[in-house]
Amino acid sequence: MRYDIRLSIDYTYASPVGSGRHLLRLMPQDTPEQRRVSGLLTVEPPPRERTDRLDFFGNDVVEVVHTAPHSSILFTVNARVERVGPLTATTDEFPMANMRAELAQFQSLDALSPHHFLAGSTRIKPLPVWREYARSVVGAGLTVRAAVEAVGLALHRDMTFDSGMTTVDTLPEDAFARRVGVCQDYTQIMIGCLRALGIPAGYVSGFLRTEPPPGKKRLEGADAMHAWVCAWCGPEEGWVEYDPTNAAFVLTDHISIGRGRDYSDVSPVRGMLKTTGKTVTSQAVDVLPLTS
Amino acid sequence: MQENSRPTDAVETLLSAYNPAPGTRDEMLDASGAIKPLWRALIERLATASNTEITESFARGDQYLRDAGVFFRDLDTETAAEREWPLSHVPVLIDDAEWQMLSAGLIERANLLEQVIADLYGPQTLISAGHLPASLVAGNPYWLRPLVGVAPGSGHYLDFIAFEIGRGPDGRWWILSDRTESPAGAGFAIENRVATTRIYNQHFGRENVHRLAGFFRTYRDRLHNLRQESDSRIAVLTPGPQASTHFEDAYIARYLGMMLLQGQDLTTRNGQLMVRTVAGLRPISVLWRKVFSAATDPLELDETSGIGTSGLLNSIRQGSTTLVNALGVGVVESRAMLAFLPRINRALTGKPLTIPNIATWWCGQENQRELAISRGQELVFGAAQSNRLPFDEKDATIEGSHFSHPDYDSLGAWIEAEGADIVGQESIALSTSPAFVDGQLVPRPMNIRVFLARTEDGWKVMPGGHARIGHSQTPTVMSMRQGGRVADVWIVADKPVIEDTMLAKPGMPMSRPQRGNLPSRASENLYWLGRYVERAEGLIRMIRAYHIRLTEGMGREAPLTLHMKWHFKEFGVDETQSVPVALHNALGSAVKSASQVRDRFSVDGWVSLTELTQSARQLGSDLEPGYETARAMGMLLRQLAGFSGLIRENMYRFTGWRFLSIGRAIERAADMSTALAHYADASAPEGALELAVELGDSAMSHRRRYSVATNRETVIDLLALDPMNPRSVMYQLDEILEHIRFLPGDDAAGRMTPLNREILQQHTALAVRTPDTVDTAILNEVRASMNRLSTLLSSAHL
Repeated sequence: MRYDIRLSIDYTYASPVGSGRHLLRLMPQDTPEQRRVSGLLTVEPPPRERTDRLDFFGNDVVEVVHTAPHSSILFTVNARVERVGPLTATTDEFPMANMRAELAQFQSLDALSPHHFLAGSTRIKPLPVWREYARSVVGAGLTVRAAVEAVGLALHRDMTFDSGMTTVDTLPEDAFARRVGVCQDYTQIMIGCLRALGIPAGYVSGFLRTEPPPGKKRLEGADAMHAWVCAWCGPEEGWVEYDPTNAAFVLTDHISIGRGRDYSDVSPVRGMLKTTGKTVTSQAVDVLPLTS
Repeated sequence: MQENSRPTDAVETLLSAYNPAPGTRDEMLDASGAIKPLWRALIERLATASNTEITESFARGDQYLRDAGVFFRDLDTETAAEREWPLSHVPVLIDDAEWQMLSAGLIERANLLEQVIADLYGPQTLISAGHLPASLVAGNPYWLRPLVGVAPGSGHYLDFIAFEIGRGPDGRWWILSDRTESPAGAGFAIENRVATTRIYNQHFGRENVHRLAGFFRTYRDRLHNLRQESDSRIAVLTPGPQASTHFEDAYIARYLGMMLLQGQDLTTRNGQLMVRTVAGLRPISVLWRKVFSAATDPLELDETSGIGTSGLLNSIRQGSTTLVNALGVGVVESRAMLAFLPRINRALTGKPLTIPNIATWWCGQENQRELAISRGQELVFGAAQSNRLPFDEKDATIEGSHFSHPDYDSLGAWIEAEGADIVGQESIALSTSPAFVDGQLVPRPMNIRVFLARTEDGWKVMPGGHARIGHSQTPTVMSMRQGGRVADVWIVADKPVIEDTMLAKPGMPMSRPQRGNLPSRASENLYWLGRYVERAEGLIRMIRAYHIRLTEGMGREAPLTLHMKWHFKEFGVDETQSVPVALHNALGSAVKSASQVRDRFSVDGWVSLTELTQSARQLGSDLEPGYETARAMGMLLRQLAGFSGLIRENMYRFTGWRFLSIGRAIERAADMSTALAHYADASAPEGALELAVELGDSAMSHRRRYSVATNRETVIDLLALDPMNPRSVMYQLDEILEHIRFLPGDDAAGRMTPLNREILQQHTALAVRTPDTVDTAILNEVRASMNRLSTLLSSAHL
């Protein structure tokens, strides 16, 4: 599936800021499952310095520095990707009980190693609440893939999608206590639960196609940047992606930007701003399938 | 010393309560209970000294520490109050030959740690070869992923580290923990040494004790050699005055002649790290990092850090910045690493470690988990990724023999479920060393923090260390917070050692630091220090003058005292308070500014300022108005003169001194013109002119200069226009003009900056005046001009 993606994020400050430094993770990934045909990230006003590189997890990062006073800043991405979808076959044969022994054999810390995604991370702490909930919704003797789906379905059933109740800085345990949130909250809660079960789980940020295929329901979260879960389902199946906000395994409707342990590893715009007064942000996303 | 008491009897008396616990090793006594030769001279000296002599000599050491401003501060308490530095007055003695062997083992371990860190941030062969479990490293919060693949600027990850060591019952030394991140305590070790030297200044064996200075000098030389340009400077990067280690950072910076910087002093331009100085941005390439790695760059590391520099990592990645130690080296500090380092050493070198570390099992690995459970009764269990000492009370450690846990009924069940987060460690009964408690020597458990620095000739071990002495005989309770003490460590040779100091050796090229490298933050604090101290002085004079009037029988409602109220109001002074809050505020702000720049003026200056503040605080609100208060203000004034004198006489005339002087002059000019606007105004009541002269401390000069009685023109002449009177407004403008001339950053074409223009205009405007033309409007304009100057100075330099 081919997509044209347009993203713009606009910050407007109440009073001009003298300088700024931002770390941007906005560009769709270029991987075997998703080939980037073209991609352009522009910043307005033009930054004084710009560095493009890959981060530890292989995500595209752009660091931009502004030193002249400015009262607004606009980040724009134009990209075309070929979304192939999962490349590994769905075997669904790896039992949960084998996970610990299997991981002990996995002697690598490269970007795709499941080890990064098991311990607590900046925003997702190992808490008893994850273990209690996860154990209550996952039966014994399941495969890892089945356990992932069981947690995802349970969260989709128990949580209410509401974009007004949480912010980017809401901790997953707080959102979970109220059983409300948006894709970021769903994703981080699910990661906490999977890790409590001993399943390596990470955070994927990206986009959803804006309009569904004919005859299908429009997906939740399509008008903004989206997030979902990746979980390691054993050596054969490897990483599997699951979208708890829409209660579905990820196929070709999702376009990923980056992967990390939680939101703070892949936050789209990260940076310190010396500003007083209120900052207004607007975000626009268009993900259009190419019919040709 | 008392001739009539034979040493042996005296020693017996001294040691009457010295009973090391059976099964532990004692540093001073051998197995038969006899004093080891190493200790004999020191103990005999203590034994034969009178109680008075001991009390006095211990007091000398304590006094030194107080004078030097060495205080202990507990980071965890809400108030972060300082308390007296808990020096144990008896040093720990270690034989030189034994120390040399120990040092070889520590260097071996330093090299091992360097290799492990280089591997974890590089090829990771330890993981692929199975020597180190991947999950252990992945779960280590000190392993910083953004630094993977980034080579350190110095060529090494580690340049300055420490080990906590202790001695077990069999006499062997053990590594208790590895300190790589940014080990504190080296500065305190120097201070402990100086204090202890004061105590034992007549001890004849001291010429055999190894000096510490050479260690620091060779380390400093290496840092200098790491610079990319030979004229750039080296700095100590400190978390700032709120950190418990700030005193030490400031001390080390001063001792080694380095700048002291905070994260906010730095920025980057095109990947080059820059210091914000009064002369604009200046490059810097080498930082001795005393800030926790994760806090150094909020952009790429801990985004909640308020003490970091955004973009620092980028400058490291581009190779323009060298941090010592490199970021992320704390990865080897975790307890669980102790379970693998011995094995890794054997794999890398084929040999066991010369000095073992405390036996540790990580319960995240199946075979170790089983061993830990089977030996559970003898072990202590704690957090696997913690980097604290095995017996630190801040971690909830569980003794295997006394297992209790809210969620698990057996040790085995707990470990089975949460093994990855748990280590089991053997507990060691630490050796004891003498401490002087209530007039007697008693044995106390001790461990030592030993420091190692990389020099041009490889690792060097500091011949000494920072010893911690337990507060009771139980070896597991060692925390200083719990009342433990610290002690100097003497490495004693069998012959006199070479004297050594920090001064450059003869024949070495002398380097002279350039001007203009003063960080803006430092100059800003010096400027405000100057202002607040002058403000405080003005307030004290005002309060004193008021209470002298009350003493002289003038009521609070007399015309002059009522008039004074209006003057007081401008400074927020409530005249009904004997010691107004405004004075405490001015002094408090002065101390706050000074605390930011403690590396820039003398210890005496700092102490005299804090003592002054304490004196003011002790005066209390119930001070009797009139005579009592006037007298108390006189006392404060004299203390303040002491501080000002120390600054004036002793402070090096560098750029920072100019900012301090400008601050004083601006405040004094503003205060004096305000006072004259009130008391030399045509509407001022009787006695106001004399009051102005008194506030200007110029009564004597007035008598000498003018044969006539005080009148408006003589007062204006003396206090506003006289360039020879150090209290006059004109004198201050002269001073400001002179100092601003020396400030860096002038327009290249020689054009006047707005700051120059403002001071020159004001200076000229006043210089051409005659006393009869200086009215209240002119005085108010001077004051307004001082405010403009302050703003211009800030935007140009601060």
